[in-house]
Amino acid sequence: MSAQLATFTLGDRLYGVGVERVQEVLRAQARTRIPLAPPAIAGLVNLRGQVLTAIDLRERLGLPPRPEGEEPMVVVIRVASEPVSLLVDTIGAVIDVDSETFEQPPDTLAGPSRELLLGAYKLPGRLLLALDVDRAVAV
Amino acid sequence: MEETDEIVQEFLVESHENLDQLDRDLVQLEREPGSRELLASVFRTIHTIKGTSGFLAFHRLESVAHVGENLLARLRDGRLVMTPATTDALLAMVDTVRELLTSIEAHGIEGSVAVDAVVARIQRVLDGDALVTEAVLEAPPEPCVEVPVVEPEPALVPAPVAAAAPARPVADADESPAARRGAADASIRVDVELLDVLMRQVGELVLTGNQIVRQASLGNDLELTRASQRLNLIASELQEGVMKTRLQSIDHLWSKLPRVVRDLGAQCGRRVRLEMVGRETELDRTLLEAVKDPLTHLVRNAVDHGLEAPEERIAAGKSPEGLLTLKAYHEGGQVVIEVTDDGAGIDPGRIAAKALEKGLRRADQLAQMGTAEILQLVFAPGFSTAAAVTNVSGRGVGMDVVKTNIESIGGTIEVESVLGTGTTCRLRIPLTLAIVASLTIECAGDRYAIPQVNLLELVALDTDKAATLIEDVGGAQVYRLRGQLLPLVRLTDVLGVASDRHDGHLVIAVLQAEGRRFGLLVDRVLNTEEIVVKPLSTRLKAIGAYSGATILGNGQVALILDVQALARRALRSEVAERAAEVERPAARTGEQHRVLLAGIGEGRRVAVPLSMVTRLEQIPASRVERVGAREVVQYRGAILPLLRLNQHLGAYGATDREQLLVVVYTSQGRSVAMVVDEVVDIVEASSASRSDIDDHGLLGSAVIRDRIIELLDVRAAILAADPLFFSRELDGRTHSEALV
Repeated sequence: MSAQLATFTLGDRLYGVGVERVQEVLRAQARTRIPLAPPAIAGLVNLRGQVLTAIDLRERLGLPPRPEGEEPMVVVIRVASEPVSLLVDTIGAVIDVDSETFEQPPDTLAGPSRELLLGAYKLPGRLLLALDVDRAVAV
Repeated sequence: MEETDEIVQEFLVESHENLDQLDRDLVQLEREPGSRELLASVFRTIHTIKGTSGFLAFHRLESVAHVGENLLARLRDGRLVMTPATTDALLAMVDTVRELLTSIEAHGIEGSVAVDAVVARIQRVLDGDALVTEAVLEAPPEPCVEVPVVEPEPALVPAPVAAAAPARPVADADESPAARRGAADASIRVDVELLDVLMRQVGELVLTGNQIVRQASLGNDLELTRASQRLNLIASELQEGVMKTRLQSIDHLWSKLPRVVRDLGAQCGRRVRLEMVGRETELDRTLLEAVKDPLTHLVRNAVDHGLEAPEERIAAGKSPEGLLTLKAYHEGGQVVIEVTDDGAGIDPGRIAAKALEKGLRRADQLAQMGTAEILQLVFAPGFSTAAAVTNVSGRGVGMDVVKTNIESIGGTIEVESVLGTGTTCRLRIPLTLAIVASLTIECAGDRYAIPQVNLLELVALDTDKAATLIEDVGGAQVYRLRGQLLPLVRLTDVLGVASDRHDGHLVIAVLQAEGRRFGLLVDRVLNTEEIVVKPLSTRLKAIGAYSGATILGNGQVALILDVQALARRALRSEVAERAAEVERPAARTGEQHRVLLAGIGEGRRVAVPLSMVTRLEQIPASRVERVGAREVVQYRGAILPLLRLNQHLGAYGATDREQLLVVVYTSQGRSVAMVVDEVVDIVEASSASRSDIDDHGLLGSAVIRDRIIELLDVRAAILAADPLFFSRELDGRTHSEALV
């Protein structure tokens, strides 16, 4: 069994989501902030006339905020109800992974990441962390 | 198989429409029993249903329609006269047919709907007739031979009129049944979902058009600019056109009401004449659907509670037949629907008493409310005016549900009533949900949209005015808007953001939601525009501050403020409480002595502690009456003693004014009014500068803002107007007098 994951980075980690869930990848756009919203909701964006909620994955995964001046990239994900845009650092390639190389998250993993990660694919020299998209967008 | 389903579907849609028409016709027929045109229309409808159901092998349906048709044939031929019993039997038949259709719609079969009772009932009416005329019963399978039989055809033809026309059974040349059904010939049925999709796409097109226009105007390509403007124009027109396709006339709703009113009137022992004005008024079908239940509820309420029984009406000098008027019209981009009865009206005194009894409002709050405001209490949750609970209305839910439903679609509701003459409920509904008129404002650098429907007015204050006119009541900010205190809410505080405006200018958007007014302080007001509403995800709606989002002309997303939720959020907490306690802040805090400065003529000014001011009112001088030596006015059904402060204090103010400005103090249900010349201000009165130089009716004097102000002995003034005022308060020196 093999699968295709669209990859992106947050800090020095490599994450992936099923390529079939990705609608498109964009540069960062102007976001309208939403006062009173949970911190992981980074605002609303206008995607060709459609209003999408933007979710900051760094915040969601409990990672430190993106350094000043660095513009995030946007991955538009298809979720059951409506598309959602995820803010990430950089976009990587689409990678074929083999389920043989998959492992559950280690028992020592705690914090928000534990909930949101399906597990890791062991790539040569690097781990590809598989994101549970549905949970990640359920802010 | 699929084809059959389609035929059945077509049949169902068509029959439902026809049944609505039938209800209307039958009720109308009762009023004009001789109308051949109506009889023909009814007969035709039933005949079509019978024919098609036979063709589609719905035998129960066919048998019901068949016996109904027999009865109608007799009526039409004049062998039987319409009586209430006949109408009841026919209406019962319509109900059964409807039940059968519902069952077919849900399960594809007729199911177990009982038809025998109805068939027997109609048969009895027929038999009663047979005794006299010995006419044919239903011996031959088709007794009404004069009707051209066009059986299967109707189901296959989409437009109902086209099907019905060949079956026209009556020879009257001048009747035009096709015209009665409107322009159905020239129309087609379109799936609503398809219209929704179109509507969305056109919305996007308009926005994209806007963006292109803006981009084009940046460059200097004249051709491109022209083309883009044309594109924009066409897109707007297209949008309007698509919106119109979703509009339906309100008659779709109203057509069901004559039947409702008739049945209800019979049940409640009321005689009701129903008049409808503005049937052709159109609004978006989603809204139409949303208005259906509230409107029906209001109509039921009007018949059950609004109109009196015939005897009572005669005793009151009215016609025994009550008049219920439905009126719909367009006004200011909204549809207004009015439900008016000429019944007994609503007694504000009873409403107030009820609100007090149910603990919805405190006595002091009620005392501050105007009559119109008190009437709106019928929409408060848990309020029901019906003395007895009937199965028609008055279940204690209802009016508040009506209000909630109307507000959920961006509408408003209000009630007006004159005791003895009648009541009007007025709904204001936006034309469409997708596009709303709104005010764009700025707060902390972000743009927000406020629906116009919630906006009453805008007040802009420059730095100087802002400093003096925004007042503080026990920590809550208020603004005096034409004599009434308006609680203020800072949008920055509600949203937890920091304002970027530091020049001291203020803009107050006076908003109304859930019957309460409040002022929203915003940084800037930008413009008003029509916005396309985009839904928000549930988790963002749950924040309770935004009702949706929209894309502004510059492509930026703006949140639409949910004024109802903001009001709940900001007012129910402390602001509302503090504003409500405006009459006794001094008693609570002790060190605060805020006074109302009023002129009484000859340049004299008196100070009245704010704790002794319940309300400022204007009363026409013509309403002043005399009781012995005292002057009084009628005020909310009670007698309000009037004291002219200038006379009380020996000044000679102008006495020939048309409008008297009065300071009303209310306590324990008693009120007095003190007439003043003008209200100057509300100020902080420090006790340091007081002097005990006084005179009759005064407690002393003080220097306030470099002027000598006389401190009114309010207690003495009140006693001068109403010697018994404090007699009921003796044991409970609760609040304000302690201060005087």
